[in-house]
Amino acid sequence: MDTAELSSRFDFALIVESIPFLLRGAVYTVEVSLLAISFGLVLGWLLGLAAVSGLRWLRAITWAYVQFIRGTPLLVQIFLIYFGLPVFGIDIPAFWSGVIALGLNSGGFQAEIVRAGIESIDRGQTEAARSIGMSRVQTLLFILVPQAIRRVIPPLTNELITLTKSSSLLSAIAALELTHAGQLIIARTFAPFEIYTAVAALYLVMIALLSRVSALLERRVFVNY
Amino acid sequence: MAILRVDHLSKSFGATTVLTDIGLRVEKGEILIVIGPSGSGKTTLLRCIQCLEYPDRGTIMLDGVPFGRGDGPGRAWSPDPPRVLDAKRRRIGFVFQRFNLFANLTALDNVSIGPRRVLGVPSREARARAGAVLARLGLAEHAGKLPSQLSGGQQQRVAIARALSMDPLLMLFDEPTSALDPELVDEVLQTMRQLAASGMTMIVVTHELDFAREVGDRVVFMDGGRIVEEGSPAVVFNQPHEERTRAFLRRLLRTGAPHHVRRDAPSHGGAELGPDATAERRA
Repeated sequence: MDTAELSSRFDFALIVESIPFLLRGAVYTVEVSLLAISFGLVLGWLLGLAAVSGLRWLRAITWAYVQFIRGTPLLVQIFLIYFGLPVFGIDIPAFWSGVIALGLNSGGFQAEIVRAGIESIDRGQTEAARSIGMSRVQTLLFILVPQAIRRVIPPLTNELITLTKSSSLLSAIAALELTHAGQLIIARTFAPFEIYTAVAALYLVMIALLSRVSALLERRVFVNY
Repeated sequence: MAILRVDHLSKSFGATTVLTDIGLRVEKGEILIVIGPSGSGKTTLLRCIQCLEYPDRGTIMLDGVPFGRGDGPGRAWSPDPPRVLDAKRRRIGFVFQRFNLFANLTALDNVSIGPRRVLGVPSREARARAGAVLARLGLAEHAGKLPSQLSGGQQQRVAIARALSMDPLLMLFDEPTSALDPELVDEVLQTMRQLAASGMTMIVVTHELDFAREVGDRVVFMDGGRIVEEGSPAVVFNQPHEERTRAFLRRLLRTGAPHHVRRDAPSHGGAELGPDATAERRA
């Protein structure tokens, strides 16, 4: 097919027209993702530290949590929160259901990253810390975590990218995020190729920005040793 | 009174017995040298004294205070509660074969973090003191550097300063020069001589025979997890009573292979597989 034919099939004007609406969806996606990332980071570090703590019951709880999160589909987790909780009278709007579900899910995966990062630090570091009288907690906070942070930035970045893209699953609970915004336009215009292309491009831009921030963190902020 | 008393200390890793009924006395200000082939339990003995490894049986008394509970050859040893153990541990300084400086901290912070975080010394004061210790060991110009920017010899001297920063009653050295390039060994030994001259009580596991002869007050020869022979450097090095000691010293002097593996002696982990060619060359 020649260019003329292609352009006759690919309606750029429609994309331009749809941009404002898609951008509103993108903003929603960014908001949900940023809140879920913050929530997931806090949860992930707490669980990750619990996973290397000396308390057996705390490690057991963390293990069970991570097993549940890893072993069930994110979509089912989203449905549990959005459709399941109202059964108990807990009715959370789509936006916050999304933040909670994505945050809880990502927290589980991040916990594993944090645990592995801390456990990858040479045992001699711990022994040296204990030999000058530091407690387990002090060793963790002052010696192991500062060294682990730098190691976990690349895998954590991957996880945050996954989270942002997974927010498209929130279209299933009619949250007005980017993918769902695209679906609404397609339902009206019957132009899935143009609209999904535009949607994909917007995701790409968001992920590129996220990667950039993480690369900066890795290079500038934590590069002191 | 002995500053360190170890009685009936035994330790196994699984089915492998590493230490059998070890008894040891160290007087205040004394320099005790520990020698012996690889897998003889020297490192494990030091690690048990500071409870980096928990003994199975026996007693450890530091300055009249017991480390953990357990007495007599028949009773199991059990550790103190964590806080108590932390508080006791810091009274013993440990110098590792592989330095183990905190990779995320500068030399100065490596030396000041113990006093700051464990003893609660205000930051400025702790740093000033750490600076003074580093200066005394000739490391003033390296205070702001990270471990990765220091040579092995400098790292080990900073590690000695870090152990000193907690003002320990006793210092344990686990083959402190075995991981060093030959030309870096002397600066570390010099630092240890300086420390010995200042009256510090030290237990030194080493293959540096010249150093042992010169600085040591007493020498213990270990083999197969037991103390085989004990005495002054002159006696143990020149007229050892035990055939095993003689054989070990011959090997060390002639072939320079202190770490030959006896088929009947259990080896524990790879911790002692350092480059020991240096030891024989100097010996």
